[in-house]
Amino acid sequence: MTSLDQVQVGDALPSLSYDVTSTTVVLGALAARDWRPMHHDYHFAVERQGVQDIFLNSPNQGSWLERFVTDWTGAKGRIGRLRFKMRKPIFPGDTMVLEGTVRDVSVDGVGCGWVELDLTIRVGDVTCTESEAKVALPTSPDDNPWQRHGDDWRP
Amino acid sequence: MSASDQVRECDRNLPDEVQALIGTLQYEEVAEFPVERGYFWTSAASVENGNPLFWDDAVADEITDGPVAPLMLLSAWFRPHHWAPGRTVEKLPLQIHFDLKARFELPEAIMTENTTIFHEPVRPGDLITSAQRLVSVTEELDRRLGTGRFWIIDVEYRNQRGELCGVERWEGFGYRRTGSAEREAQ
Repeated sequence: MTSLDQVQVGDALPSLSYDVTSTTVVLGALAARDWRPMHHDYHFAVERQGVQDIFLNSPNQGSWLERFVTDWTGAKGRIGRLRFKMRKPIFPGDTMVLEGTVRDVSVDGVGCGWVELDLTIRVGDVTCTESEAKVALPTSPDDNPWQRHGDDWRP
Repeated sequence: MSASDQVRECDRNLPDEVQALIGTLQYEEVAEFPVERGYFWTSAASVENGNPLFWDDAVADEITDGPVAPLMLLSAWFRPHHWAPGRTVEKLPLQIHFDLKARFELPEAIMTENTTIFHEPVRPGDLITSAQRLVSVTEELDRRLGTGRFWIIDVEYRNQRGELCGVERWEGFGYRRTGSAEREAQ
């Protein structure tokens, strides 16, 4: 598990590469209870939406980012805030690569340790999704961000 | 509370009935079913997420006092069933998004940005209440996909104890395809 004292600004997260298939797209959409046809119906996506294929839905992209961050932090890492901007769709046949770097490390007024991350999902040279995450990490072996509630949790 | 401070400039000439909705809480709804753990595993499996919080009860007991939902499942709890007995009109999630599509006669739409702030974890058996709030609507803009408007909608989620579980901010783009966009797709 990663703790706050192990992290420095500029650190790179281990990248994650994944070959997207139609199953990836459909499974992700259904897991999020997203029944909209552009995430499972090729003809709707192409003929109605004007894109080349079905594409990853928003919550599933968020789930990939969540996994990417917590692969790095371990189970005690608790995401407080996640933002992602989808510039280009991610389609079956794409190899998506998730990458991230540490932008800031801090401790807030109630003693919670925070790391701010810049994240991307790219396909080839194209950045499809830009993201930022703010994740709480333990400040000591006894600290556990998941035990913070109410005023002690300030994401 | 909002999830992001970044807001595109709002159209200053919005129709009165749309302007009146900005900042107004709408569609407060209780989820159609209690939070169930099967979705945790389906969601984690969909992205091959091996976080032991979702797979190992001993780890979940130690760190989170029992199982918690993957964070990005938050919006799943307010998405209605695709069908239900007696329902004659399709029930849609993020209803404000579809209201705006209809109001501005924009047949297509995509979501372009999401910001979520996570508070109390969602746990099995929770009954989540959601409420939506329109934040802004831009004037008509030309984009690669077509001509349309961006809008921002906040969704607030609370559990059955009234505790805030999270706030999502969605940015969507509703559009009608232009001739060039249609040719591009062919």
